[in-house]
Amino acid sequence: MKKIINAVEKVEEQMVLGLVKSRPAKLKKLDCGNVLVRSPKKEGKVALVSGGGSGHEPAHGGFVGTGMLDAAVAGAVFTSPTPDQILEGIKAVATDEGVLCVVKNYTGDVMNFEMAIDMAKDEDIRADYVVVNDDVAVKDSLYTTGRRGVAGTILVHKIAGAKAEEGASLEEVKAVAEKVIANVRTMGMAIAPCTVPAAGKPGFILTDEEMEIGIGIHGEPGTHREKLQQADEIARQLLDRILEDIDYKGSEVVLMVNGLGATPLMELYIVNNFVQDYLKEKGVKVYDTMVGNYMTSIEMAGFSLTLLKLDDEMKSLYEAPADTAALHK
Amino acid sequence: MTGKAYMIAALEEVSRVIMENEAVLNRLDNAIGDGDHGTNMARASRMMLKLLPELAETRDDMGDILHQVGMSCISEIGGSAGPLFGTFYLRAGMVNHGKIAMEPADWVASFEAGAVGVSQLGMSTEGEKTMLDALFPANRAMQEALEAGKSLQEILAAGVEAARDGVEYTKTIQASKGRAAYIGERSIGHQDPGATTIMLMIQAMHKVAVDMNAG
Repeated sequence: MKKIINAVEKVEEQMVLGLVKSRPAKLKKLDCGNVLVRSPKKEGKVALVSGGGSGHEPAHGGFVGTGMLDAAVAGAVFTSPTPDQILEGIKAVATDEGVLCVVKNYTGDVMNFEMAIDMAKDEDIRADYVVVNDDVAVKDSLYTTGRRGVAGTILVHKIAGAKAEEGASLEEVKAVAEKVIANVRTMGMAIAPCTVPAAGKPGFILTDEEMEIGIGIHGEPGTHREKLQQADEIARQLLDRILEDIDYKGSEVVLMVNGLGATPLMELYIVNNFVQDYLKEKGVKVYDTMVGNYMTSIEMAGFSLTLLKLDDEMKSLYEAPADTAALHK
Repeated sequence: MTGKAYMIAALEEVSRVIMENEAVLNRLDNAIGDGDHGTNMARASRMMLKLLPELAETRDDMGDILHQVGMSCISEIGGSAGPLFGTFYLRAGMVNHGKIAMEPADWVASFEAGAVGVSQLGMSTEGEKTMLDALFPANRAMQEALEAGKSLQEILAAGVEAARDGVEYTKTIQASKGRAAYIGERSIGHQDPGATTIMLMIQAMHKVAVDMNAG
């Protein structure tokens, strides 16, 4: 395994520090740990906090700034931050209007955020949370862990962040976040795995002729393995899964073609070339397209497709200004 | 009766064994999860090895010692292992508050309380390919041994055997909780890392009980 790092145990902290130093006037790292906050602090409005394991850059620190997140809490690579760490993030940005946490649906993330929110409430902070579960690769059921939260989370940050910036109440910000969650779906695939620095070995091995379909963002294998296809066929397969989950016909969508870390933009554009035509054929109108690395899995080679079905409120919030390291509007 | 000396020695041995098995646990997790169970548990163990001598100096209440261990797990591990193992120790602590020594029945009750806590927090039960597939069978075996009037050493030996069977059982089933659930039926055939950790923990506690001729 080759990586451009200094020391395995310094990866998370040096990543956070480097991100802060890229926007020194707008970002701050808390002294107590790997918690990134907006600077100066947003006052008089609901604060938005997200976080999770590291390794998904630019998520979530890259989305801290005007119109999106107020704090991002970075755990160890692919490991949810602890309740204490999350609590520090919540306390640093909390206002009288309250704090909404955006949590990706993983057992650890949900448990640690729930504990942190309980601790925040003990300190008289109005705190609440939403859980993003946009990954259609995983079957949703009452009896399982449920669908994962993946790239669709960025659209929750964008739209709920804009709502908070407008001065909406905690209840209103939560309601619009839940509306995004109800209308956003993602499906991903990989042609090469990633290696967690501390593990030193990839999560799975693929031959030159193979691909994994239905992968998440933690280097774990997908739902199944197939013979590698051409870009259009792969994209069609992913889109079909998304389109059968929600009826997008006749509606306007935001499309995200998300690279997982090691996919050249060239390939993402090749995918987008097909996706646009295919969606048109399916009667889905693409309102806006995001192509790039938004929610990565370290250096995994692959991509995910995300569709958000818009209404007027979500559309105007999507268009609202945002000033972050990884997303500008 | 076992006192603080056994408690501290047992938890130190648990920590050492987990650190020795860091790579093994990572490899098991790599097959069905994200490959860091060993890393996370080893991080917890390093923290425990620092904390336990302090607790040995400053605390006498067995419930308090377990409580402090649980709080540290939650504060320092992260991931799902932090809250789950933390809750295990917190709940075990709750049934021992005010005790400066523990009867074999207290140990069995501690495991039971810990398992119920993990089950509630994880909204999980046996058969889902998690740590509970080692923990619940071990608890049943330890309860039976207790009722048969066995010693702490014998009780823990029964727990080790049942946990080992539980770990074997995890190879045969599909995960429905935790990250292994995401790969669906491809999880069948792989041993659950969390269940393996539980087996290692009970093994370590048994070894120290034998070494110290405790209970």
